[in-house]
Amino acid sequence: MTAPQTMFAKIWNSHVIAEIGDGTALIHVDRHILHDLGGSRALLDVKERKLAVHDPELTFATIDHTVSSAPGRKGTIPSGIELMKALRTETAAAGIRLFDIDQPGQGIVHVVGPELGITLPGALLVCGDSHTCTHGGVGALAFGVGWSELAHVIATQTLYQRRPRTMRVLFEGRPAPGVTPKDLILALIGTVGTDGGTGYAVEYAGSAIRDMSVEGRLTVCNLSVELGAKMGLIAPDEKTYAYLEGRPYSPKGAMWLRAVDAWRALPSDDDAAFDREVVIDVTKIAPQITWGTSPEHVVAVDGRTPDPAAIADPDRRKAVQNALDYMGLAGNAPIAGTPVDWVFIGSCTNSRLSDLQAAAAIVRGRKVASRVRAWVVPGSENVKRDAEAEGLDRVFVEAGFEWREPGCSMCLASNGEQLAPGQRSVSTSNRNFVGRQGPRARTHLASPAMAAAAAIAGAITDVRALEDGR
Amino acid sequence: MKGFTRLSAIAAPLMRANIDTDIVIPISRMIGNSVRGTVGKWAFTALRYRPDGSENPEFVLNRAPYRDAEILITGPNFGCGSSREPAVWAIQEMGIKAIIGSGFGDIFYNNCFQNGVLPVVLDPQTVQAIAEEVEETQGTGKVTVDLEACQVVTPSGRTVKFTVEPRRRTGLLEGLDEIGATLRRDTEIRAFQQRDREERPWIYRPGSDS
Repeated sequence: MTAPQTMFAKIWNSHVIAEIGDGTALIHVDRHILHDLGGSRALLDVKERKLAVHDPELTFATIDHTVSSAPGRKGTIPSGIELMKALRTETAAAGIRLFDIDQPGQGIVHVVGPELGITLPGALLVCGDSHTCTHGGVGALAFGVGWSELAHVIATQTLYQRRPRTMRVLFEGRPAPGVTPKDLILALIGTVGTDGGTGYAVEYAGSAIRDMSVEGRLTVCNLSVELGAKMGLIAPDEKTYAYLEGRPYSPKGAMWLRAVDAWRALPSDDDAAFDREVVIDVTKIAPQITWGTSPEHVVAVDGRTPDPAAIADPDRRKAVQNALDYMGLAGNAPIAGTPVDWVFIGSCTNSRLSDLQAAAAIVRGRKVASRVRAWVVPGSENVKRDAEAEGLDRVFVEAGFEWREPGCSMCLASNGEQLAPGQRSVSTSNRNFVGRQGPRARTHLASPAMAAAAAIAGAITDVRALEDGR
Repeated sequence: MKGFTRLSAIAAPLMRANIDTDIVIPISRMIGNSVRGTVGKWAFTALRYRPDGSENPEFVLNRAPYRDAEILITGPNFGCGSSREPAVWAIQEMGIKAIIGSGFGDIFYNNCFQNGVLPVVLDPQTVQAIAEEVEETQGTGKVTVDLEACQVVTPSGRTVKFTVEPRRRTGLLEGLDEIGATLRRDTEIRAFQQRDREERPWIYRPGSDS
C-alpha cells in the first residue's frame, strides 16, 4: 500500500528524469508553447549555440503579445513586427507548428493551449509567461519560466526545478448570483495576499470547483501567480474530458480512451496531505473589484476603500496611501460610483466564449455610457469565430463596444494599446500594477459581467443591480 | 555568464513591498530581440523619474551614495509578477549584482541566477535590520555578500548566514553552462522518453489516434 498522494505529486513524480539533490530534479517537459515576445529570442539563442531543437513536435507557437487587436489589423508597433517576423522564420526553420494571424489557433497562448487540446491532464507544460498556470485548469502541471530557461527547454526538452510545497484551497458552497470564478479567485488573493502562495503548487478543490465550468477553472488557475504560486491545478473530471474530446491535438479513438483511463488516476488521493490548506466559504463572496495597485488590493463592490488612518503599521499605512494616491481615490470611500474612462474585456484571464457570453448578457439592449471607451478582445481566433456565430459581436457593437481581433492587447499594453496617463479602466485582466496598462494608467480588475456593467453605467457598479431586472 | 563570488559594496534599501516586474521594467522598453544592454536606464521608471522625465530625487537610487549601489535591499515579494527576464537585466545594467530580501517572485528569483545576479533570502526582521544599519551610516557603510561562505556582513560587522541551493551556488561560483551540462545527460533524457512513450503515447504524438 503506497502512501496517499496529491495530484501534484503524481504528475511531478512521473516527470522526474533525475533527482539532482536538495529537492531539485531534472524534469521532462511534455508541451512547450512559444509566443512572439520571447519565443524567437530563445530559438535564436539555441541556434547561435549550434544546437538543435530537441523535440519540435512537442513545441507549438502562436502570436499574441505584440500583435495589434485593431479590426483588419494592418501592422503593429515596429518592434512587434520584428518579433513576429523572427518567430515565423525561426519556427519554420525548426519545424515548429506556428498558429499565425487569421488562422484558427492564433490567440493568447493560455487560451489556445486548452482550446486546441495541446494542454492535456497530467501533462507538464511550460511557456515563457507567468500566466502559464492557467493550463492547470484542465489538470496539467503548467508554469511560467524565464527566457533563459526557454532556451534550456528548446535544446533539451527538460528543466531543472525545485519541487514546490503543496497547498490546497477548498472553495466550498454555491456562489450567489452575480458571483463568478474571477470573484472567487480575487477574494482568495485578498485573503492570503500576493505572496500567500509563493513556493507552493496550489490545488483548487471543493464543491464550487466541482460545479464550475472548465473555462471558469482556467480563470481560477490563471490568477494563481497573483498569489505568488507558479503552479495552480484542478483535478480533471468528466467535464474536463467532455471539453477536451475532439479538440485538434487531443488524442483520438482508442488513444483517447487509453488517455482518459490514465487521467482518471490523477486526482489527489483521499487523505493526501498538503503543506497548507485554506478553506473559502463561497457563499460569503460578493462581486469583487480591485481598488489599488496589487491584486490583493481588492474589495466587494459594495465595500469601501481602506482607511489609511485606521492602519497602525506605518509601512502598511504608507503602502495603502501610495496605492490610493496612484489610483486617485480617497480612503474609506465607497468604491462603487467611481467614474471610468475605459472598459477592457479580454486577456488570458477572461476572454473565452463563456466570458463574452456573460458580458453580452449584461450589455444586450443597453448602451455604453458616453464617457467610456469599451473594447472586447476575444482570446483567440476560434473564440472570435464562435462568438460571431452566436451573434455576440453584434450585441457588443450595437451597445457601443469595439469588437477587436484576438491577442493580449490592453492587458499589458505590449502592442502599444494603452490608456492615456491618469485614465481609469475596469479590466477583466489579471494585473493592476502601476503602469501596467500604460504610464500612470489606473486599472480596476473585475469579472466580465462587472466590466460590462461598468461600461453601461460609466462607473464602477454592482452588476447585481443590472442583473436583477433580467 | 559572469559569476558571483564575493562583493563588498554600497547597498541601497528599497523597502517598499511587492515591487512587481512591471515597475522594475515597463513592457514598452523591453520589446525586441536586442534590448539587452538598453534597459538599465528604464529600470524602476515609475519610481525613478517624474512625469516630465526628470529624476525623482526621492528615489533611493537617485541619491548619493546609493547611486553607486551594487547591492539592493528589498521589501517583501520583490519581483513578483511576470516572467520577463529583462527585469533582471535592467537591475543588472544599473550596476546591481546582489539583492537581499525576505522573499522574491519565483520566476524572477530563477532569472537572477540565470544572469549572474545573486538573490539572498533572509528573514524579514534581519533584512529590515540591515536596511536600518545602512541608513544609520547614510549609506556609506558597506555590506558584504559572500557566496563562498554563504554569509552577509552588515556595516557594523555583524555576520548573517544564508542558504542557497547547492546547484545554484556552484552555478554562480563557477559560471556553469547549464544547457551543455544537461545535454551531457541526453542518453538519460532519451531513455526516459522511450519508456514514457510506451506509458503515455498521446503525449508524444499530439492529435493521434494510435
